Parts: sequence; C-alpha cells; structure tokens
Amino acid sequence: MSNSIYITSSCIISNHIVYKNGQPIFENKGLAISDFLVSVYRYLNNQYPKFHKMDNLSKLGWLACELLLQNSFDAAKYKPEETGIVLSNKNSSLDTDTRYLQTTNEIPSPALFVYTLPNIMIGEIAITHGFKGENAFFIFDEFDAAFVQQYVNNLLNCNILQCCICGWVELLNNEYKAALFLIEKNKSANSIIFTKENLIKIYQV
Amino acid sequence: MTDIFISSDNIFSPIGETTAENFEQLKKNVSGIQLHDNRRMSEQTFYAALFDEKKENSISQLQNCYTKFEKLLIASITDALAHTSIQPTDDKTVLIISSTKGNISLLETEAHSNELYQRISLNSSAKIVANHFGFIHQPVIVSNACISGMLAIITGMRLIQTGQYKHAVVAGADVISKFILSGFQSFQAISAAICKPFDAARDGINLGEGASTVVLSSDEKFSSGIKVTGGSVSNDANHISGPSRTGEELYLAINKAMQMANVKTNDIGFISAHGTATVYNDEMEAKAINLAGLQTVPLNSLKGYYGHTLGAAGLIEAVVSIQSLKENTVMPTAGFKNLGVTQPVNICSSLFQSPLHHCLKTASGFGGCNAAMVFSKQ
Repeated sequence: MSNSIYITSSCIISNHIVYKNGQPIFENKGLAISDFLVSVYRYLNNQYPKFHKMDNLSKLGWLACELLLQNSFDAAKYKPEETGIVLSNKNSSLDTDTRYLQTTNEIPSPALFVYTLPNIMIGEIAITHGFKGENAFFIFDEFDAAFVQQYVNNLLNCNILQCCICGWVELLNNEYKAALFLIEKNKSANSIIFTKENLIKIYQV
Repeated sequence: MTDIFISSDNIFSPIGETTAENFEQLKKNVSGIQLHDNRRMSEQTFYAALFDEKKENSISQLQNCYTKFEKLLIASITDALAHTSIQPTDDKTVLIISSTKGNISLLETEAHSNELYQRISLNSSAKIVANHFGFIHQPVIVSNACISGMLAIITGMRLIQTGQYKHAVVAGADVISKFILSGFQSFQAISAAICKPFDAARDGINLGEGASTVVLSSDEKFSSGIKVTGGSVSNDANHISGPSRTGEELYLAINKAMQMANVKTNDIGFISAHGTATVYNDEMEAKAINLAGLQTVPLNSLKGYYGHTLGAAGLIEAVVSIQSLKENTVMPTAGFKNLGVTQPVNICSSLFQSPLHHCLKTASGFGGCNAAMVFSKQ
C-alpha cells in the first residue's frame, strides 16, 4: 500500500544540532534553549517577525518545519487544502503552561495563554505557508512511528491529503527534540519509502 | 468504505449522568450554567456549568488515586460500556481519549516537580483509564483545542476504516479550574451573563465541565441505529486565536464531510454548530453555513446548556445530535433571541420534532482548526 508514498525531506533538531536529511547542518552547543532557538532562527535567515512572539515549543516546531521545507518543497504543486500537518509529543504545552500559571498571580497573560495548547504550533506553521488541509495533534509517551505512519498513510491513500508534514515536537524545561518529515506521493532526489522503519531510522540520528 | 456504527454513548455532565438523563433535561430546557462565587478560581463571580458537590461526591467514590479528570472519564466510559456488548479487553478495541488540559489543575495545588509533571501528562491519565477497564492496546490521545472531541471520533473512524481495529471507545473530558478560567478571562472572552449563541447581544462564552463517550464499531450487530458517515478537518491558516474572516475553511471541512457521507444540503435535518457565543466564532460559522448552502437548515448551539466544555464539547454535542436523530427531536438554542450575525442562518429557538435522517456537527478552535462530521440514521 505504502510503496507509492515517500519521505521527501526530514529535519531533526536535538542536542543543539540541526540535521537535514540525516546530515548535520548547524550546531551551537552550550546555549540555553531559548538562545539556541534564536541562533537557529538567525541561521535560517528568514525574516519572520511573528517568530519572536512564539513560545519555545512553537519556535522549535516552526524552525524544524522551515528547515524541513527549505529547498525541499515546491508549494506550487499543491492547493492549500492538499497539505496537512500531523504532530505529536509527550508533554503537550506543559513548558508554557507553567509559565502562564505564574502570570496568573498578578495579571494573566493572554499572549502566553494562547500557547497553552500544543496544536498552536500547527496553526503557526499553517499560517506561515497557507496550509489548510487536515491537521491533528496526538500525545504519546514517545514518538510512535507506527501510528504516525499508518495515520498519515491513510490520509494520503484516501486522497484526503496529497502532502503531509508529520512528526514529533517535544519541549519541557531543558529537554527537547523535534523530528519532522515531509511526506509526498512523488519521488525526489533524497526521498526514501515512507515506512515505520525509515521514520525510526531518521528519528534516531 | 467501511460503515462505522455508533454502538452506545454517554454524557456525564452537571445536568445528568447518562445520555437519556441529559436528553430529558434538555427537553425540559434545564441548563447547567449557574453563577459561581469561587475565590479559588476567580476574584469575580462567573457563570459556568460546573459539577456541584453532590455530583463530585458521587464520582469520587472511585479510587482516591484517580484525579477528578480521570474519574469523569471513567464514569462516562463505564456507563457507555454498560450499554454495549463490545468489550474493552477485546484485542480489536482501541481507547481514544480527548482533552485540552486534562489534569492541569494539579499545577495550581501541588508542588512543581518532575513527578508532578509526569502525573499531569495526558499519557498518565490515559494509562490509568485504560488499566481500569483492561484495554489491551496503548490508548490514542487527541489534544487539538476545541475540536479535540470531534477529531477523536474522526480518528476512531479512521482507525476502524484502515482495519487496525474493529471497535473504538472514544471518550473526552475537561475540568475547569483557575488555569483555564483566568486564561479565557484574560482574552475578555467570558460573558458576564449566560451566553447567547448567534444572538445580537452575544458577548462571550461560559465555560463548562463534563465528559462524554461514544463507542464505535464496524460490526452492524452492535449498532444502535446511527452511523458516522462523514468527517473532515481543516485549518484557517489565518490566526492562532481568532477564526477565519470568511468561513471558507470551515466550509471546506463541511463540504468534504458531506461528500464523504454522500449527502446533499436538503438531506441535512439539522446542524449542531459550535456556537460559542463569541462575536467572531458565530459570525464565521454563519458565513461557512452560507457558503455550504445550509442557511435554511435548522441549526442549534448547546453552549447555553453545557457551556464550552472544551475537549468534551465535540463529543457531548455529537451525542446529543445522535439522540436527536433517534428521537426525531431537535433541541433549541438556549440564550438566543435575535439574530446577530451578518448572514442568514435558521437558528432553532424552540424544541421541534420532525423526521430526521442526517445531521451535521461542526466545531472550530484555537490554532485555526475546524472539524465537520455527518451522522446518519441506518
């Protein structure tokens, strides 16, 4: 069933290293997470002022997505509703939840409250690229490659989507990992078949 | 495509502990929304649909190691399972949990530690609930803002259609505490009175708590007479906390769900809208309904009865819709008097009975997400 669906790009951000299609492309050790994320933003060299108002979880997911798509995605191939986003993590938005709760002792911050939902990062990515297709956020103890592969495979096989960004974006205190995959129906230069095994192989870089 | 049958369901809310109890209360126009003066939650008084102490005690007979959120889920699933012979211990049954904030209230009362963070995780609650009933597989957890409940049903439908499972127990719950209330207050999104969906004087939401469950199956022998015939999700790609200006994206989801269900506009007997009673949500929905050509179809919002129950809302409202199909009875929109959206929509202002075959359920939420589903009589 899945032999006509491909992983056409991948991006991992982990341990203060960014990997694109399995190759390290940026490293900046020793920084606090928020500073590291800003350094990745500078490396990306895209002016996107909304980045600075995002919480750390959204910044991580948004950066991973920008790097996933950079030089690897032809937006003109798809209608807005043909591209979807299926993400997952372990601790939802807990990193920002604790920050928001601190503000409730004085003046609750609406700017933080809006980020107390994990799917807000899907919204940020959708806004940046105009993606209007299916979107979903799931919570798992750890990256569930089998579930993600089956769920996304079904969306593409049923022609609900033609293209999907999927993966894992987790961040809590000092622990984080982003692993995003671009899933399409056509082969490209670096593409590999969309299987659970290939997702795990890339995830474990 | 595989037919998906509704086998049984439950609503566990401040106005009733079963679907039948809830439906009887709605027929009597009973709302769960009351004025609360609770300084732990808010310095100002507020309207919300919350469990009273008596109800809290009835659910707290469950083990003390369960949180209120988990007790609500367990109470709702227990009743839903009592009305079907589908077994949670069946290898072909999956548990799907929907919530926006789960155990977040523990952050307000407990000392922060890694152990607490682990306890708050939706994974912990899902495991506790799965173990309580003996589900074999790891539960699937959906947390996608205010469409979570509907997305959980759609996920269940897909997991059955792909043949991974035969049955899905889909349950959602949310509990209201200072965390959630203060956030919506900070957005100026809470009405100072009981909410008025689609009304000219609407000025915001009331929050509500509750749980709800639907049990889905691919096997007709478990059917209660209603099928899930269509479901679709879209994103506005416009704003993280405000809805689309055109309603075009919710319309996309409605259109796809109706295509999947193979129904035309005049097949839809009624629409159960999201209808939060914020100025922008209801206006956007009215636009989407018009784009879909459904402006003459009777439409209700149940937020005046339950408040906005967040991760449970899509499930609670779907279950009321399913019961409406079964009883050919459409509920009114509590709080509605005068139409206050720029596009014509046919708001139900009083209960009516009519032969019904299909209904459309919609929801939208933060992050720009929209969901639409069609439920049909067999």
